[in-house]
Amino acid sequence: MEEPQGVPALDVAGVSHSFGRRRALDDVSFQVPRGRFVALLGPNGAGKTTLFSLVTRLYACRSGAVRIFGQDVSRAPSAALGELGVVFQSRTLDLDLTVRQNLIYHAALHGLAGAASAVRITGLLALVGLQERANDKVRTLSGGQARRVEIARALVHRPRLLLLDEATVGLDLASRRAIVALVRDLVREEGLAVLWATHIFDEVTATDEVHVLHRGRIIAAGTAADLAGEGASLEAAFRALTERDEGEAA
Amino acid sequence: MSRPDRRATSPGAAEAPRRPLGARGYGICLAGIVWREVLRFVQQKERFLSALVRPLVWLFIFAAGFRSALGVSIIPPYDTYVLYEVYVTPGLAVMIQLFNGMQSSLSMVYDREVGSMRVLLTSPFPRWWLLFSKLIAGVAVSLAQVYAFLAVAFLWGVEIPPAGYVLALPAFIITGFMLGAIGLVISSLVRQLENFASVMNFVIFPMFFASSALYPLWRVRDASEALYLVCLANPFTHAVEFARFALYGQFEPLSCAIVVGTTLVFFTLAVIAYDPGRGVMGLRGGPRGDAP
Repeated sequence: MEEPQGVPALDVAGVSHSFGRRRALDDVSFQVPRGRFVALLGPNGAGKTTLFSLVTRLYACRSGAVRIFGQDVSRAPSAALGELGVVFQSRTLDLDLTVRQNLIYHAALHGLAGAASAVRITGLLALVGLQERANDKVRTLSGGQARRVEIARALVHRPRLLLLDEATVGLDLASRRAIVALVRDLVREEGLAVLWATHIFDEVTATDEVHVLHRGRIIAAGTAADLAGEGASLEAAFRALTERDEGEAA
Repeated sequence: MSRPDRRATSPGAAEAPRRPLGARGYGICLAGIVWREVLRFVQQKERFLSALVRPLVWLFIFAAGFRSALGVSIIPPYDTYVLYEVYVTPGLAVMIQLFNGMQSSLSMVYDREVGSMRVLLTSPFPRWWLLFSKLIAGVAVSLAQVYAFLAVAFLWGVEIPPAGYVLALPAFIITGFMLGAIGLVISSLVRQLENFASVMNFVIFPMFFASSALYPLWRVRDASEALYLVCLANPFTHAVEFARFALYGQFEPLSCAIVVGTTLVFFTLAVIAYDPGRGVMGLRGGPRGDAP
């Protein structure tokens, strides 16, 4: 089926989600255009991971809709998930397998094997600078290296949309910068759409589109420069926005 | 970090929608899941050893000790009196599968705790196929253990008709499916790895001891009619009898039907349990039980 032009990479429309009586997400709507880096900025507990779990169909989306390149995650999960690469906040590599084995396993989970897949895995390991660690057990890698393996793994099946949930948490500054640079290169050079969830302000540049998630709601959206305003920092603007939101809630 | 050959690294197909998953893709997914399970099994040598040692302790020590006390009269499928170790061998083989099914279940809980379950569940293949592939992986691992045990039992003097080793293969496969499916359902209910010890107490031991694995049902009936009925209702009993008859070249249709039926029921329950919209995962808030 032909895919209509102009369909966003990710369309989150009116999504709400509750755990019992606690509302984790409340009518969240935003889009990630094709080939763009979009930041989802929010403090811990804002609902970022819940949102990611809905987009990846780990939770069922009961209110609202999530579409990936026009495919509804609930109604056409195979088509939607096939377009999606994910780096979860918690580590999800199999520690007892080697780096290459982890990637081979992931490729198989997307129905890929054989010589082309092997070439792709070798290429991705070179991309993340880990070709020399390919046959080492994951448990011997540093935190930053493991994160890079997870990014390589998320790209194995050639997704067009990449989700990264707090991908740099717990890493040293050099590793953080390397990972941010790698992902930005993928957007710029390969046309990948990226949703980057974070609470670290210096990972967001002035021209990035930012959605501020707080207490399960999008409370502001725009470029980082617009949100920050003239002469102010994004962090100060974020603090003002969240304090105002808490004031209104009280 | 370097910039290698673009063709190898490009996310690719930037504007082209993905083609639907074909039969080959399903096969690759299944093979990948089986490969990972076998790889983990091969790497865990102590798991293989403990899987073998457990039934061999029963065979070498328990059966030898109780040989005189627990003589077995002529009952189908045997056409002569058999030694007690001959009688318990099929039950011990199926016990290996029982432990393996629960081990697979344990590994599902572990995968959930360390997060690698998320990788499995975000695969574009349907959940039922992913779970089915997990079952096949578990069966493959359990068959290696069962036949290794039967080989040692043969060396110990437990002689089974040569054709029985082949004829019993379908019985062991179906039984492996049944016990694996029960394990899948249990894994969806167990919230933390620490809770898994209770599975030993509430699932493995009752299933094993309230069955015909160690003693024929007529002896159980002599002791207690109620216990006999419990044994009769236990699908593990039928798995043991299915395998026992198959090892001696006979087909036991009732046991086969019960094992197949139990497999279907538990596999259906597992698919529902792992459905994000309907099952335990949905109620709990995802595969890691993230719901606060």
